[in-house]
Amino acid sequence: MRTLIFRTIAPYLTSLMVLFSIFVLLRGHNDPGGGFIGGLIAASAFAIYGIACGVSPVRRALYFHPMAISGFGLLLSTLAGWLSFFFEVPFMTGLWTKVSVFGLPVDISTVLFFDIGVYLVVVGSITSIALALEEREHG
Amino acid sequence: MAAETVDISHAMVMAPATAGDWLVVAPVAIPILFGALLLMVRHETRLHSGLAIGGLLMTLATNIGLLARILNEGPQVMTMGRWLPPFGISFTADALGASLALVATLVACVCAFYGLKDIGATGRRYGFYPFMLLMMAGVGGSFLTGDIFNLYVWFEVFVISSFGMLILGSTHQQLDGATKYAILNLVGTTLFLTATAFLYGIFGTLNMADIARKADAMRETGPLVTLTMLYLLAFGMKAAAFPVNFWLPASYHTPRIVTAALFGGVLTKVGVYALLRVLVMLFPDERQVLSGVIAWVAAATMILGIMGALAQSDIRRMLGFVVISGVGVMMAGLALGTEEGLTGTVLYAFHSVLAMTALYLLAGVMNEIGGSYSLHDLSGLYRKSPLIAALALLLVLAVAGLPPASGLWPKVLLVRASIDAGQPWLSFAILLTGFLTTVALGRVYILAIWRQKEAPAGEAAAAASPRIGYAALVILTVPVLLLGIYPDPFIRIAAAAATGLIDSSAYVGAVFPMGVQP
Amino acid sequence: MEAILSFFVAIFFAVSIYLMLSKHIIRILLGVSIFGNAVNLTIFTVGRVVREVPPIIPEALQMPDTITANPLPQALILTAIVISFSFFAFLLVLAFRAYQELGTDDTDGMRVAEPEGEPLPPLGY
Repeated sequence: MRTLIFRTIAPYLTSLMVLFSIFVLLRGHNDPGGGFIGGLIAASAFAIYGIACGVSPVRRALYFHPMAISGFGLLLSTLAGWLSFFFEVPFMTGLWTKVSVFGLPVDISTVLFFDIGVYLVVVGSITSIALALEEREHG
Repeated sequence: MAAETVDISHAMVMAPATAGDWLVVAPVAIPILFGALLLMVRHETRLHSGLAIGGLLMTLATNIGLLARILNEGPQVMTMGRWLPPFGISFTADALGASLALVATLVACVCAFYGLKDIGATGRRYGFYPFMLLMMAGVGGSFLTGDIFNLYVWFEVFVISSFGMLILGSTHQQLDGATKYAILNLVGTTLFLTATAFLYGIFGTLNMADIARKADAMRETGPLVTLTMLYLLAFGMKAAAFPVNFWLPASYHTPRIVTAALFGGVLTKVGVYALLRVLVMLFPDERQVLSGVIAWVAAATMILGIMGALAQSDIRRMLGFVVISGVGVMMAGLALGTEEGLTGTVLYAFHSVLAMTALYLLAGVMNEIGGSYSLHDLSGLYRKSPLIAALALLLVLAVAGLPPASGLWPKVLLVRASIDAGQPWLSFAILLTGFLTTVALGRVYILAIWRQKEAPAGEAAAAASPRIGYAALVILTVPVLLLGIYPDPFIRIAAAAATGLIDSSAYVGAVFPMGVQP
Repeated sequence: MEAILSFFVAIFFAVSIYLMLSKHIIRILLGVSIFGNAVNLTIFTVGRVVREVPPIIPEALQMPDTITANPLPQALILTAIVISFSFFAFLLVLAFRAYQELGTDDTDGMRVAEPEGEPLPPLGY
């Protein structure tokens, strides 16, 4: 699998896919997309990078251990649910606020953070499984 | 925008959620929070046990608060995201769910404590504590959710986390056991999903309170007996009822002893809980139709289970079979379906969670001071530790169903209930199982603790004294003994749980306070 | 439409059960994966199949004015797919490890945890 062409293209392909996965994650609010599918795209990006360049460059590039990433995602999702506690509404009620970024109104909500959490859980867990399988494949 | 003017009170819960209401989700949300934290600090193994025990103690506290509130005020509900039930997912805690969640969390606390010594740095790095907390979140969610599809999701949460605990260490034995456990459990939960698909097709709703109030109208047209049979098979597989119990003895002896203790104590009881919830509360008439089948399954499970235990020489494998026979005893109450029988079942579930965990931990301590799990090698433990001899005697009596320990009263209730219901043969099966359990565990006691073997050339194995193991066993033996000597409060809780199952009006009323809507 | 789908559901279940009856782990895994898909198709079918009208309420109304597609089965299927996907990924890794370590994927040969011919417990002192 480690041909020259593949190894040359893989980093660009990976970065494009990760970028696309974040786009899918953020557009998921009102259009098809969302944390799960975005996470899958990102995880497959890392898997491709791992196939092309080996597993340890991927681990270096990720910096954090994949399971730690998915732990952080789970924490973020749960905290997004717990935030409702301080507003006297049931668990996981969506809370909204508008902030202005460079004059553009942007809706920020607990739902968004929940979805980012899901994204990170999926990225972390699927990447860790994929990397474990690839490690076995190559030795 | 028209959105500002829409009156949302038709779609959403408007009452503010107080801290007391949050008690319903806290026993699930707290372990998830701590599990996530533990996953993040996976390599800081020093922090693990402190965080895990702290998180479980917090969960235990909220469980106690929840049960107290339920006993005072009736079932508690919180619907996720404010959507009115049946559209939002309702967490509905009644006496049955909350009390079982409490006992399970208590046992998990003790196991986390025992794990201080049993799980070394490697095991912690592989994620024993994070998986344990996520598993307890799944177990708590199963006990407290009021939505049947959500119940499926929580089943999967604890099953997947339990894999992580099962293969901790990755020995050949564990891989072998885990493969069988994983595949058969996946088939079981997928059957559960199949049944839920048909249930949704028939009822068009997944909220259990909604199903309970609509079941009467569906009885004429819907194939509810088929549905109930599917659920019996799916949950029976999870509860390890004969003839779909072979995954349990194939896998429960392979992991670390503390994992086996938690599994043997808690996981099968979730299956029993789901059987009670679905068969008794949602489909009582269909359960009546199937009661003969359930009675035979119960009798076969308890007698064949304990006969399997008689044939084992490894204590851990034997305990796997003892767990199975306990499931049979609980299913006897399910087969009867009377209030007394169900009270017996719930009480037996409390007893079984505590006593089976304690027995597995006892086996771990015996291995530590005696150096083996095999009945061929263990001997003379009373010399090494009189305390273990005393605790073991109490626990053996508890599981055998003899006074003064916890196994007596649930069996008394079940035997009396089966005689009252005109099924004396079932009470005979329960008593025979009790007798055979006494033989099986009494043999362990005699061989491992009383038997004097010629010491093989100087007792080099210097008397290790596992203080943490002793402490964990003492903590578990206290409630076991309490349940035997002063059973009144426990019986009252179990009876409240049983009445709540038979008459679901309080449960339904808590979810739909406004009454039946068109 | 439902009749045709039910027919496919039946075929899916039959195939998956046939595969799960095999002795080889890899076939069992394939069967389990088809089993999951059979259930997903079941959920889809029992949720009643209607024309593809998205369940979106027009801005001026409180509820939709025509019969719309039922979104719930899709939510259920999505959840079930996610779960069975992660389950399957885990099972693949586990089966692969087991095959490497135990040297067989034949369930008859997997007797490490429950060895054959174990001695009975001692009958006396």
